[in-house]
Amino acid sequence: MLAATVRVTGDIDVAEECVQDAYARALASWSSDGIPARPGAWLTTVARRRAVDVMRRVSTHGRALPLRVEPVTAPGPEDREPPEIIDDRLRLIFTCCHPAISTDAQVALTLRLLCGLTTAEVARAFLVSEATMAARITRAKKKISAARIPFRVPPVEDLPARIGAVLTVLHLLFSTGHTAPAGADLIRRDLVERSLDLARVLRALLPGDADVAGLLALILLTDARRAARLGDAGQLVLLSDQDRSCWDQDAIKEGISLLGVALQRRPPGRFALMAAIAAVHAQAPSWDATDWREILGLYDILVEIWPSPVVALNRAVAVGLAGGPAAGLAALDALGTEPLLATYSYHASARADFLRKLGRTGEARAAYEEALLLSENEIERGFLADRLHEMEAQHRAGGDGTNPGPSQPRAGRDA
Amino acid sequence: MAEYLFLIYGDESALGNAAGEETNMIMKGHQEFGERNAAALRGGNALQPTATATSLRPDSGDGFTVTDGAFAETKEALGGYYLVEAPDLDAALAMAKQVPMPSGGVEVRPIRTFD
Repeated sequence: MLAATVRVTGDIDVAEECVQDAYARALASWSSDGIPARPGAWLTTVARRRAVDVMRRVSTHGRALPLRVEPVTAPGPEDREPPEIIDDRLRLIFTCCHPAISTDAQVALTLRLLCGLTTAEVARAFLVSEATMAARITRAKKKISAARIPFRVPPVEDLPARIGAVLTVLHLLFSTGHTAPAGADLIRRDLVERSLDLARVLRALLPGDADVAGLLALILLTDARRAARLGDAGQLVLLSDQDRSCWDQDAIKEGISLLGVALQRRPPGRFALMAAIAAVHAQAPSWDATDWREILGLYDILVEIWPSPVVALNRAVAVGLAGGPAAGLAALDALGTEPLLATYSYHASARADFLRKLGRTGEARAAYEEALLLSENEIERGFLADRLHEMEAQHRAGGDGTNPGPSQPRAGRDA
Repeated sequence: MAEYLFLIYGDESALGNAAGEETNMIMKGHQEFGERNAAALRGGNALQPTATATSLRPDSGDGFTVTDGAFAETKEALGGYYLVEAPDLDAALAMAKQVPMPSGGVEVRPIRTFD
């Protein structure tokens, strides 16, 4: 909706105002006339008409448009969602991911403008304060306007140089939707669907690009588990406990075939490696029968080419699954000095799991409490609270901590 | 259309020590740049080295402090500029890539307009 409106206004701030205006009108109109058949189309049409009005007024005052926009046809009665709106989103993502904008701001701007995340949610996804994130977003919006960063998909010859930033952003968008950083829902379906749609459009745009194929494979293979990730009561079900018959076999099949394309490039890119890890899970008949050595081997390569703290964390978890909880704990503790992980709930919850497995109940409880303190996703918090209660019950029943409960440690992130 | 200033930064000492042939190549590069982008060029000049610069700052009273040299001493100094017109940043960047830059590089700044 914002993407379609920016195409009319050529200015992000004005477009945001028009969209807010459309919501206000919806509130008035829908309560008296009822909700229209296609609320999204209704809102987009109203926002774009408002934008046309605003722009007409601006141009009669002779002010230049601050942002260059491809020629637009006047908005008509719009009942169809697809190609045009997806094209607008693609334009907006290339604008947000322009190399003239700092990498950090690119992702932030996309999440804020294309996906409608609040500044607080974006800040959480980046592990920075809300004030820092607000300043970063404002500065980037000012630059788009003042330097006239164009609102369009770059010409074919520039695409290879521009695609990396867009893929990074789409990946973060998917991750944010796969496990929402905060709120009542574990999964933000809208964000997941949006990243999937955009990855498909990019794949059509650049069929020969290994990284695009890798990212699409990663999204498909990871999202294939969606139906199995929540239990009947809405509780979090970890990968180890998921009913694998609920996994989407069509998505897995498509993901694995795309992985073949992605792995043709040597050395493989990071998305191809992550997709390969997801494919090992997708093809394992059960948690116990998972090839952890293979997964650890893939993480070893991944951490070389992409040494991010979160990848290092996942690798440490894989060390524990391949070599036992003591090895896993040692690998996790070796990361303990990484400041970005200090406030990251998965580090605490992964430690808690290995400690529990080792029978170090008191320390495990403290680590679960720490994770609970750090997580802002309610479904995850529910899971952590349950685990904590379970351990306290065991403790009261006279357990001295030598019985670590279920036989497998749980990977924090990999639900 | 918008205007952008290309600020050409480079290592003055390297440029000062350049052999005649290299200086000729740079001159030729600027000439070609001017011909290729004649329609978009609004102005441009090469500057004398920073050793010739004089800087003024208001003092605490109502006078000025006058000092010999550039405002900020940096390894890469402003050596010249172009003022160009371009429809958007991508077009401006495409043009800026054609500016000869034997050392250092080019900073592209949008010109501010006031209503």
